[in-house]
Amino acid sequence: MIDLTIDGTPVGVADSSTILEACRQIGIDTPTLCFLESLTPVNACRVCVVELEGSRALVPACARRVEAGMVIHTDSERVRHSRKMVLEFLASSVDLSTAPDAQRYCKQYGADPERYGTAAATVEQPVKIDNQLYVRDYSKCILCYKCVEACGVDAQNTFAIATAGRGFEARISTEYDVGLPDSACVYCGNCIGVCPTGALMFSSEHELRTRGEWKEAEQTATDTICSYCGVGCTLTLHVQDNAIVKVTSPIENGVTRGHLCVKGRFGYAYVQNRPDEESGPESS
Amino acid sequence: MDLHFTSAKATPEERAAVDAALNGSHDSRARNDRRHRLLPVLHGINDRIGWISPGALNYACERLDVPPADAYGVATFYALFSTTPRAPRVVHVCDDIACLAAGAEELCTSLETTVRKPGESQDGGRTTWLRSPCLGLCDRAPAVLVTVAGDPPGAHQIAPVSSVELTDAVTSGAFAEGAPATAQVGGSELRLLRRVGHVDPGSLDEYRASGGYLGLRQALELGQEQTIAEIVASKLLGRGGAAFPTGRKMEAVASAPARPHYLVCNADESEPGTFKDRIVMEQDPFSVIEAMTIAAYATGCERGFIYIRGEYPLAARRLTNAIAAASERGLLGDDIMGRGVRFDVEIRRGAGAYICGEETALFNSIEGKRGEPRNKPPFPVQAGLFGKPTLVNNVETLVNLPLILLDGGAAYARVGTSNSTGTRLFCLSGAVARPGLYEVPHGTRLDALIEMAGGLPPQRSLQAILLGGAAGTLVTPEALSMPLTFEDARAAGTTLGSGVVMLFDDRVNLIAILHRIARFFRDESCGQCVPCRVGTVRQEEALQRLANGTQGERGVNLALLDEIGRAMRDASICGLGQTAANVIESARTRLELFS
Repeated sequence: MIDLTIDGTPVGVADSSTILEACRQIGIDTPTLCFLESLTPVNACRVCVVELEGSRALVPACARRVEAGMVIHTDSERVRHSRKMVLEFLASSVDLSTAPDAQRYCKQYGADPERYGTAAATVEQPVKIDNQLYVRDYSKCILCYKCVEACGVDAQNTFAIATAGRGFEARISTEYDVGLPDSACVYCGNCIGVCPTGALMFSSEHELRTRGEWKEAEQTATDTICSYCGVGCTLTLHVQDNAIVKVTSPIENGVTRGHLCVKGRFGYAYVQNRPDEESGPESS
Repeated sequence: MDLHFTSAKATPEERAAVDAALNGSHDSRARNDRRHRLLPVLHGINDRIGWISPGALNYACERLDVPPADAYGVATFYALFSTTPRAPRVVHVCDDIACLAAGAEELCTSLETTVRKPGESQDGGRTTWLRSPCLGLCDRAPAVLVTVAGDPPGAHQIAPVSSVELTDAVTSGAFAEGAPATAQVGGSELRLLRRVGHVDPGSLDEYRASGGYLGLRQALELGQEQTIAEIVASKLLGRGGAAFPTGRKMEAVASAPARPHYLVCNADESEPGTFKDRIVMEQDPFSVIEAMTIAAYATGCERGFIYIRGEYPLAARRLTNAIAAASERGLLGDDIMGRGVRFDVEIRRGAGAYICGEETALFNSIEGKRGEPRNKPPFPVQAGLFGKPTLVNNVETLVNLPLILLDGGAAYARVGTSNSTGTRLFCLSGAVARPGLYEVPHGTRLDALIEMAGGLPPQRSLQAILLGGAAGTLVTPEALSMPLTFEDARAAGTTLGSGVVMLFDDRVNLIAILHRIARFFRDESCGQCVPCRVGTVRQEEALQRLANGTQGERGVNLALLDEIGRAMRDASICGLGQTAANVIESARTRLELFS
């Protein structure tokens, strides 16, 4: 047990907890973008930074382990300023239109991306559609590294993608930016599962959104067990207009930790064996 | 690892380049443990072929068992590598601050109008030119580095370079190497530079005849604990910029239970305006090897790396020669000086990335990963290179060790001031009569140092001085009376940093200097964390608007610059982002630029 103080409140947390876990234990809401319980923290987005007394710079709550006697401030002017700026930096350079968490944080911290002007550099680039299962729109990428981790040692061990380039030109890429069919990709879709901004998306969702027919509020989510093999992964079927439009798995599920394989993620056509399955559901 | 490859195949020459880079390794570790050879292998390809093709990368990945996407991410991280076809001869034209003040922009403009745009090829596709960040040749600005792919590859520094020489180098590949390194002319008061210009840097015998290896002999006599005790007593502080007590770092590594321990000499000197480590390595390479051996012995390291920036070909050649000579004579290897002490040194060349001077980025680079800094803690003394306890020091810090062992820590500490012991190397460039490397005891006043370099050229007046490099501060002539110590610099709100003292006279456009520094950080940000990746871009854009904009927008942009700077300083992962606004901020507060 380690004792520390967060925003004036004494907290006792298990050894090797992170500051984020300690904050959550006492109900302090901490924004995160690059953090996911099932992945190794990369502390790259810096939206979770908190002020640690005695430390010159702010520290990332998601990755920093607690130490006895730490005194932490999560809502100081410095913390709010850095969080606001990080969100402004992202919102002024990345298309966050399909990133609900980031949008919510922007409002919460009063981020004003407009003030960087219309000439501000962005990561805008053409959408990559090179296969039938998913779409990569790196104009929406905040470079959180989650997809790289999910493709690599944290889940799939396929290593089809990595960060390439440097600085503002850094991008998630296959080798020499070859299309996914030429890469090591096995279409497990675990990168989509962890993407926080919709940069990686099911083709079905992308097509519906493009047609203006994506109706998330009307969708139902039904849990079932994947029928392909004996592992028994939990599938959550997202259904719109009586058609499956997306398959996920709950992150808290002990079997999958949110990850699936190509069959569980995309092999659902047989349960809705309809002539127009290729193009997705038609609106009635 | 079950790897997937595209159909691209390596040519026989590309395969030979990869094989040669791997054959040089005396590493017998298993295949799945060879990732750390990636950077040398990428060098092998790029240096011989001129670029890294998909087929060459596939073959390298096959040999090293590294996923191609991962290796591509590494190859594209470094500015000296090309992953698209490129002419074999590349003229890297420095347009960084010291060269900018010496007319680099005019050189580049004339190349653009009379020859080609950067990146386009010339001379029948055999030559191209690129703009480059600081090449560490500021004492002889303006400077260029010519790299020539082939077997063997070539790399040549030309400095100072004239417009005619530059055009010749780009159009026909003809060049003559510039003058040798400049350093303070030796005298008995010189300690770190005492051999420079007097002792043949290629001769181990001459090195030993001039007192070389007496420090190591003394360390072996004293034993590990007493060696560290002497270094603690010397109160030596790290010369890389962070000023951490070297002795304490060594104690921490020596007592770390995990094994093995690693030693890393940080020779990735890339701070604009800095060339001290280059001159030491070029002119006194054996002192670096001896110093590393002392540090390794004291802290229980059997393996050491010198990570030297890719833009320092001469220093790398001389260090390679020094390692070979020392190994041959039993001063490296399994039985050093017949005392059963074991230590080997391997050189790793960087490939054009300022960020790799950050110690944890440097570890990742050696390990064959992208040079992205790690979060600290854990600190290198706990978990550094390959996750093991690591002593990492820069060249200047290390070469103090033989002196400390020879004189004793207490005697060493009597030089300089009580809190800033010993001498210090300063890189004088810009508007001084005799730019070069100078060694003075800590406590020497800034104006006295500048006087040693001949003062300002005639008919010029001093506008500002850059202390500590791009991550340092601009100060006004009022700072001339400042004693050069860690504590005085700190009290004055500035830093000695990497020893940069760059003078700007009244003719220099400081706004252009600030722009170049802003662009430097934008180009050199690794891109890992948002505050630095985007903040350095927004900072450069705001500076641009300030320069072009109306008076009415001025206040808005100045306030924005402040906000950007605060977020970079507070929330960036590493020192690059945390210091990327320093010079701009100092220009506003001290020089009242833009007000």
